[in-house]
Amino acid sequence: MPVAAAETVGTPVINFAIFAFFVLVTLVIAVSAGGKNKSTTDYYAGGRAFTGWQNGIAIGGDYLSAASFLGIAGIIALAGYDGFLYSIGFLVGWLLVLLLVSEPLRNTGRYTMADVIDLRMRAVPVRTAAAISTLTVSLFYLLAQMAGAGALVSLLLGVSGTAGQDIVVAVVGLLMIFYVLVGGMKGTTWVQIVKASILAAGAAMTTVWVLSRSGFSLPALLRHAAASSPAGAAVLGPGLEYGANTVSKFDFISLAVALVLGTAGLPHVLMRLYTVPNAREARRSVIWTIWVVGLFYLCTLVLGFGAMWLVGGRQIEAAPGGGDSAVPLLAYHLGGTILLGIVAAVAFATILAVVAGLTITASACFAHDVYASVLRKGDADPVAEVRVARITAVVIGIVAVIGGICAKGIDVAFLVGLAFAVAASANLPSILYSLFWPRFTQRGALWSIYGGLISSVGLIIFSPVLSGQARAAGAAGASLITDRHVDFAFFPLNNPGIVSIPLAFFLGWLGTVTDRHPADAVRFARMQVRALTGVGAERSTRS
Amino acid sequence: MALFQPARGSAGGTGAVRPAQPTQPAKPTQPAHGRASGYEAVRASRDFWTIRRRLGSFIVPACAFLLGWYFLFVIIAVFAPGFMRVSVFGDVNVGLCFGVLQFASTFAIAAGYRRWAQRRLDPLTDRLRRRLEGGRY
Repeated sequence: MPVAAAETVGTPVINFAIFAFFVLVTLVIAVSAGGKNKSTTDYYAGGRAFTGWQNGIAIGGDYLSAASFLGIAGIIALAGYDGFLYSIGFLVGWLLVLLLVSEPLRNTGRYTMADVIDLRMRAVPVRTAAAISTLTVSLFYLLAQMAGAGALVSLLLGVSGTAGQDIVVAVVGLLMIFYVLVGGMKGTTWVQIVKASILAAGAAMTTVWVLSRSGFSLPALLRHAAASSPAGAAVLGPGLEYGANTVSKFDFISLAVALVLGTAGLPHVLMRLYTVPNAREARRSVIWTIWVVGLFYLCTLVLGFGAMWLVGGRQIEAAPGGGDSAVPLLAYHLGGTILLGIVAAVAFATILAVVAGLTITASACFAHDVYASVLRKGDADPVAEVRVARITAVVIGIVAVIGGICAKGIDVAFLVGLAFAVAASANLPSILYSLFWPRFTQRGALWSIYGGLISSVGLIIFSPVLSGQARAAGAAGASLITDRHVDFAFFPLNNPGIVSIPLAFFLGWLGTVTDRHPADAVRFARMQVRALTGVGAERSTRS
Repeated sequence: MALFQPARGSAGGTGAVRPAQPTQPAKPTQPAHGRASGYEAVRASRDFWTIRRRLGSFIVPACAFLLGWYFLFVIIAVFAPGFMRVSVFGDVNVGLCFGVLQFASTFAIAAGYRRWAQRRLDPLTDRLRRRLEGGRY
């Protein structure tokens, strides 16, 4: 990315005004919705009083992060079909949430993913392990969002210097801390709903606008896009981004495994399932989410190829943020300053809302799993627990700001792909084994969680992500460490999923079969009866 | 023996549906955290077995299909990109159709599961839950 070419598009004043308006609206929503956050159930789960469709749209809001809106459209705009492959993985993973996880999880848990494992084995080490992996995944995801915020705002507000971008990232962090402290889960959920609705409307409108340019013909749009791309018709088929050699092919397969299995292990998605009154509403939520997310990704296909055609790959690559700027530039091309401002504000609201959702997840995990269950042995005062959650939210906000400043310039969709790999490795095996395997034991849980976590994070550290590919900073595939003398990468793939996910499943099995203490059959029976029938499930507080 | 109270003495038999015991009111919202062996009896019961079998008969094939179908798509895209570029009509190629079909199958499985669960699963789980909450097991 040529840093010198950091010119802004549109009028910064108008962009800023639209930004400010969005921020103000969401703040009002957060304050008015979250006024009464007294109990832990209110703070963590919005009183479990949201309906299926409300929560479904809110999950969509949580899920359609900047990586989706900006990242996927950007990859399509630059590499064509390969970006489409990304979006399919992001969508298909939801079926696993729907079929395997959503209903039993809602029936058996209270606030966090660790609650479910806890029903199988009441053990402090397991809860600690689950909390560590939840916090790690949330921080990875947070990092991606914060990194995206800097790039986006530099494009739109004319903040081109490093210091200016850092200030923007810090402001994002402050706003999000405010949402979470004041709004709790209820306020955050309403922010998600509003944001997701605006995002969907904005994407649909821009999609129709693009299609109108090509006479409402998708083949014509594809033809124009291919004609304006230097790669020509190759953009309409797979392989531009990942087809270069065998390593990059396996890298893509690894990413595909992580995307499809990661969704069901994302803590901030799982936690949202607790905000509805019962399992049936949880099912309904996920079905709503599938529709919202799926239709949205179909729009990004049009947006991406539209940007390729109307804006052109060269201009997108030259813009600050690279591919992430494809949609804002397309908006500017179509509707001038106003549409650009709206799209940019939506994207900014997206980052804020997703970051807030992640923060509340991480803070709930720390307060509920670590403070109340591990440190206080399940005997914590609810008021103190909520206070701990709030303090944690502030700490996480600060950590995210620092991380976001360090991770600036890395491709957002790529970072999210890593978060999915860690989620699928560290969380998914123990969730699925807990729910479906009677023999699963404590040792199996510990081995799969720590094994998945350490192998996925470890392989990322020793992959080209961190060192060994010292290209121009911000270029696709460049390492975080830009000093070309530092090279400790020995794992060839950027995404660890293809190794770490099977390894974590294997370790869960191995730990279980070598465990001398057999699983507690009564606990499994209780878990399964509760999971399938909903007996004894946590109730909504609004009744 | 009521389900949600700690088992006293032996866990009793398994399977058979028991009549309600009015002398021991169940507390459905506060299950005992101790050893509630009643759960094992419920798990072994015929009703529960039916629910499990029925759920499995949908979930297992559905997951096998969706994962197989998705990875088939990924493998073809990676190792046979030429096939994906074969034109179906005009600029619309096999890859695009394949991708859109992935979306369609996702929507179809989600909608199908919802419909199936409402008709075939929810009546069973509702009945069993009501019985459990009424203390009849």
